[in-house]
Amino acid sequence: MSDLRDLYQEVIIDHGRHPRNFGVLENANHIKQGFNPLCGDKITLYIEEKNGVIENIMFNGCGCAISMASASLMTESLKNKKIAEADMLFSVFHQLITHSAMNENQQEILGKLTILKGVSEFPARVKCATLAWHTLNAALHNESGAVTTEESL
Amino acid sequence: MMINYKNDFPILKQTVYGKPLVYLDSSNSTQKPQCVIDTLSEYYQKHHANIHRGIYELSVRATTLYENARRFIQEFIHAKHTHEIVFVRGTTEAINLVAQSYGRSQFKKDDEIILSGMEHHSNIVPWQLIAEQTGAKLKIIKILDNGEIDLAHYKTLFSKKTKFVALTHASNVLGTINPIKEMIAIAHEHNTPVLVDGAQAFPHLTIDVQALDCDFYTFSSHKAYGPTGIGVLYGKTTLLEKMPPYHGGGNMIETVSFDRSTYNKLPFKFEAGTPNIADVIAFHTALVYLKNIGMEKIIAHEKHLLQYATEKLNELPNLRIIGTAPNKLGVISFVLDTIHPHDIGTVLDREGIAVRAGHHCAMPLMERFAIPACVRASFGLYNSTEDIDALIAGLHTAMRLFH
Repeated sequence: MSDLRDLYQEVIIDHGRHPRNFGVLENANHIKQGFNPLCGDKITLYIEEKNGVIENIMFNGCGCAISMASASLMTESLKNKKIAEADMLFSVFHQLITHSAMNENQQEILGKLTILKGVSEFPARVKCATLAWHTLNAALHNESGAVTTEESL
Repeated sequence: MMINYKNDFPILKQTVYGKPLVYLDSSNSTQKPQCVIDTLSEYYQKHHANIHRGIYELSVRATTLYENARRFIQEFIHAKHTHEIVFVRGTTEAINLVAQSYGRSQFKKDDEIILSGMEHHSNIVPWQLIAEQTGAKLKIIKILDNGEIDLAHYKTLFSKKTKFVALTHASNVLGTINPIKEMIAIAHEHNTPVLVDGAQAFPHLTIDVQALDCDFYTFSSHKAYGPTGIGVLYGKTTLLEKMPPYHGGGNMIETVSFDRSTYNKLPFKFEAGTPNIADVIAFHTALVYLKNIGMEKIIAHEKHLLQYATEKLNELPNLRIIGTAPNKLGVISFVLDTIHPHDIGTVLDREGIAVRAGHHCAMPLMERFAIPACVRASFGLYNSTEDIDALIAGLHTAMRLFH
């Protein structure tokens, strides 16, 4: 039960149940869908970007607690970030949940996102935690077609 | 009527995360009894050679073992002729074979193929492919709220354009056992042949293809306690004979020249190349194992498990069982109001309990029941009521975690 509690921390359950920035962003200039075909998770990401800065970001969709919480926490951490900063955050986040070594500076960059560290003990759930991020990556870099976790991992 | 054959399955003796393994995913794939594992090893140690070719002792022996398996399967499903048993990789390949061989030679633009709304993707996509290739169209039978097929709707789907019906014998999600005998008779009144996807039903029911009067019946070894990578297409002689070959290669020919080739007789016309000899022979062992226990005993055992699990699950608050037809296999799918199936799957996994969580390769069915996914527990002959108790305890753990 203890490692389960590491994965399903109160904050994650809360974000999973009451995701922040959930809905349709009317002024979005980047819209992207992402799917996890293995478990049916899907999200749509809406980004309002101006001069290389994410001014606003929202998402909607359905999925497990991990995928919803990860998307919710991601949107919180990306507001007013530059695209380059978002890219770096994704790469450090990926390190976090795949057990790669990390220095203090990187942990600091992640901030609240470190709460998802428990995912690293559950390899089958890495795709849930990265779905929103892969979708973000495709949205910001104008990749065509919907994102699926099967192609991107 | 309780039976206990867990000891025959070495894999079930292990622990997972320190908990005894509770395997509740037999609809996905069953575990293998020791005798099947021994057959594989013995075959490669003592009997292997290519079949239908050698004039030497080993090849004759391997050929005999392979063809004995075919004969046993013929008897097991009560087929009229041994040559009606075609070995393929599994149910998926069997359906693709019929779609491409029968369908490509028979379907024309605007012809109609009837499928049900509870089909596995493997009994949908092959028909979509052939529909795209020929211009044929798919007609889908509705599913009632309790998970039964809508027979009245089925009857309205037939027209002069109907050329084929493809139906699952039992749903891999809902557990519903379809009234396929009746449905086949209805199709035959409209001179329409029927393929039955028996992947789920075959290991858990007694199958008599002549009594059903199905035109094709397909199943996989790995869901029936046998090895992966082998399955069977049963087809009526008259249909198999008029179908063109599916794959070209060795064994399926009679003569070859660069002008033209003539094809071997049934079933070899559909078995191009060196087949999966070892797994055919080990599948035979699995079926002998089932026969020795007795299908009736297995059916009664699994029915008891289903009843027990249904009662216990219904006691949990906020739990909804998907598929409540009166006639079901030992398959039980459910959702909890407050916890996503994927999260339940992870919690159960840490308790040593293996269930399937997801869309179960039946996305249209998930849409029909307005759920993104569900959890499925499915039973095999090795399961016991203790396994179901462990499942219930695991669900309580999940509910505590997500309070």
